Amino acid sequence: MMKRIRTTLLGSAVGLALMALPAWADGTLRIGMTASDIPLTTGQTDQGGEGMRFIGYTVYDALINWDLTSADKPSGLIPGLATEWSVGEDDLTWTFKMREGVKFHDGSDFTADAVVWNFDKLLDDTSEQYDPRQSAQGKSRMPAVASYRAIDPLTLEITTNVPDATLPYQLAWILMSSPAQWEALDKSWDAFAEDPSGTGPWILDSFVPRERAELLPNEAYWDTTRVPQLDKLILIPLPEPNARSAALMSGQVDWIEAPAPDVIPALQGNGFSVVSNTLPHNWTWHLSRLDGSPWNDINVRKAANLAIDREGMSTLLGGMMVPAEGFLPPGSQWFGTPEFKVSYDVDAAKALMEESGYGPDNRLAVKALISPSGSGQMLPLPMNEYIQQNLAEVWIDVEFEVVEWNTMINIWRAGAADESSQDTQSINFTYFIQDPFTGLIRHLSCDLIAPNGTNWGHYCDPEMEELFNEIRTTFDPDEQIKVLQRTHEKFVNDALFLMVTHDVAPRAMAANVKGFVQAQNWYQNFSSITME
Amino acid sequence: MLGYLFSRLVSVIPVALGVSLICFLLVHIAPGDPLVAIMPIDATAEQEAEMRAVYGFDKPLPVQFGIWLSNAVQGDLGRSIATGRPVGPEVTRAVGNTLLLAAAASVIGFPLGIFFGFMAGYLRDTVWDRIITASAIAGVSTPNYWLGMVLVIIFSITWPLLPSMGAGPGGSGAWVWDWQHMRHLVLPAITLAVVPMGIVMRTTRALVSDILDQDFVQALYAKGMTRTGVLRHVARNAAPTALSVIGLQLGYLLGGSILIETVFNWPGSGYLLSVAILQRDLPMLQGTILVLAMFFVTLNLLVDIAQSMIDPRISRA
Repeated sequence: MMKRIRTTLLGSAVGLALMALPAWADGTLRIGMTASDIPLTTGQTDQGGEGMRFIGYTVYDALINWDLTSADKPSGLIPGLATEWSVGEDDLTWTFKMREGVKFHDGSDFTADAVVWNFDKLLDDTSEQYDPRQSAQGKSRMPAVASYRAIDPLTLEITTNVPDATLPYQLAWILMSSPAQWEALDKSWDAFAEDPSGTGPWILDSFVPRERAELLPNEAYWDTTRVPQLDKLILIPLPEPNARSAALMSGQVDWIEAPAPDVIPALQGNGFSVVSNTLPHNWTWHLSRLDGSPWNDINVRKAANLAIDREGMSTLLGGMMVPAEGFLPPGSQWFGTPEFKVSYDVDAAKALMEESGYGPDNRLAVKALISPSGSGQMLPLPMNEYIQQNLAEVWIDVEFEVVEWNTMINIWRAGAADESSQDTQSINFTYFIQDPFTGLIRHLSCDLIAPNGTNWGHYCDPEMEELFNEIRTTFDPDEQIKVLQRTHEKFVNDALFLMVTHDVAPRAMAANVKGFVQAQNWYQNFSSITME
Repeated sequence: MLGYLFSRLVSVIPVALGVSLICFLLVHIAPGDPLVAIMPIDATAEQEAEMRAVYGFDKPLPVQFGIWLSNAVQGDLGRSIATGRPVGPEVTRAVGNTLLLAAAASVIGFPLGIFFGFMAGYLRDTVWDRIITASAIAGVSTPNYWLGMVLVIIFSITWPLLPSMGAGPGGSGAWVWDWQHMRHLVLPAITLAVVPMGIVMRTTRALVSDILDQDFVQALYAKGMTRTGVLRHVARNAAPTALSVIGLQLGYLLGGSILIETVFNWPGSGYLLSVAILQRDLPMLQGTILVLAMFFVTLNLLVDIAQSMIDPRISRA
């Protein structure tokens, strides 16, 4: 009798367990995103890097795409909807050849006129397709563009304000929506959001705001190497880290973005794989260079950089970081060979501090702005407390001003001289550093001193300015890389930031997810993935 | 009765206006800039000013409130800053999901709370009373988000019997009354029900215990009424207060589920609120708070009416 009861109970439990797991097709990949909503689906996505990763570079293409095929080297630019481009002798007029035979998901042709239409969508507020939401995302990404026109269906001409060799990087931000689909949907962006059409490898099949989006493969994708192998890709917003981990461990999703560091050992112990790679991201203290700032002393800047025990911090983060050796990640093609070695050397740090007159009896007091959380900020409170301890060892006493993340973004935009910065001499900020402008220029350019731009610290150096100018006027890609290397060498040799760490974008996935190659990029390629 | 109903309905108007004003002021007093959520981080001041004008944030606060209120009265709650979608349909869908969750929690929490509370009151000072009272205190004292996580660990991860998140295959838009969807309700509903169940249990126990001490109960027994008959009288006397507490707890179930909905990724109004707060999505916040407040006011009104029907002395007072 007891045996029969046990058997019945066991059978019921197994039955319930089977009922708990929905029957998905073999090729369906379900991803738990950190975003709280499905990113904007109309073309120019919101939600930062995650938006471009999951809705941008899946449903759409840019004229120039990022190469997402390799995990071993930093991503470079590759032809996207444009097959080739060149700049004229005036260094202002660019000519782009459009890829022939590309069709939007709705079947209409992609042409140079479609590019003009898309540029108007972002830049021309008198055009009927102008969309403030997409403009808010895209306009600031293409500051060099002065005018544009279609010479013929397959040739586009863009003229820049000033010579700017970083234009291809700017265009990698701009995604192409289908004019025909917008027309067919009564010229409504709301309707287009429900039924978008791009040229990308995935077609948005359906979405429920804040809950899920389902993408199907675009079997006719122009790049046959990027035709998705999965049957379906499902995106689920799961902003709460514990809910994300639980969803993965209970089999409701197959992949989660950014598992919390303290959950990673449990995930690995339960057979999930955690993949990570160098990311064009850095976690720094952006230093104030206003008169009176102690960070104007290069000895202090170098001493602080030498005082940080980055290996210790790696333990704190469960190994999920790359210790900084410069402003850019160590493997970056623009890293160069700086003379100043960013390392952990307390004795050398103390010697530099002594050289500047500081010591155990004459300690330096600094005030730093930090946030308790924030996008890309990793674990800001324990990390900053760790730095506080490190710096105290070399006679730098840090006092924190803790402000909420959104408030800090506004302070960062306002600059170190603004009242809102509360006389702090540094701000703990993390940077997306994927292209020359976002990676280097915007932080230290004289004409971008806040509030005109994002040079929070008011740094201005003619030598650096000359390097930035050279980046913009060096049109040969190989030569441009050399200039970028020299620029980064100056970043490091002058210890212009407190260079701490780089994020590694960890993501955890079930054992049956195969074929994913994590590119050294904020965006990723989902086409190579299969489910076993 | 009709006069009472009318006066209660009229009193809803100043409450609604007050709630609108307070929720508008609260979301504007809070620090942070709503445009941060939608602008790229390195957008220029000029582009930011442009967007500020597009969303009407360049206007004085009283003007903004006036515009919002006049639109809200006409049923237009504006557009979300973060998503660009109309607030009304999103709030409606989210409140619908929260109502579903609240109804499931009510079905679990209130009958059990009343039953065990009644039992504890009737069996007061016995072991059963102590066990039930201790359980009620434990239920009220347990942080429900913690309980939610523990239930997920046990029933979703250790034994994968129930899902840990979401509203079922296809999301809440594709909700149907089958087990594939309803099982998504089980864990959040149990978690949400624990606190109100404890409160209803303790209230009912205290009421029943007090009423059993009253003289009329002895008189009923003396008249030869059966125990069932007496308990029916006790229940009727306890009902108005219990109903009032249940009404308040229903309000809690509607508005107090932010943490539960976040833990279980349930697409309800609590989840919507928490996301709107983090994104400084002012129209979404205002719209959600207003709709929830109106629900609360309506619920109180219905409870008042129900109470006056059970006990006519209330409407005469």
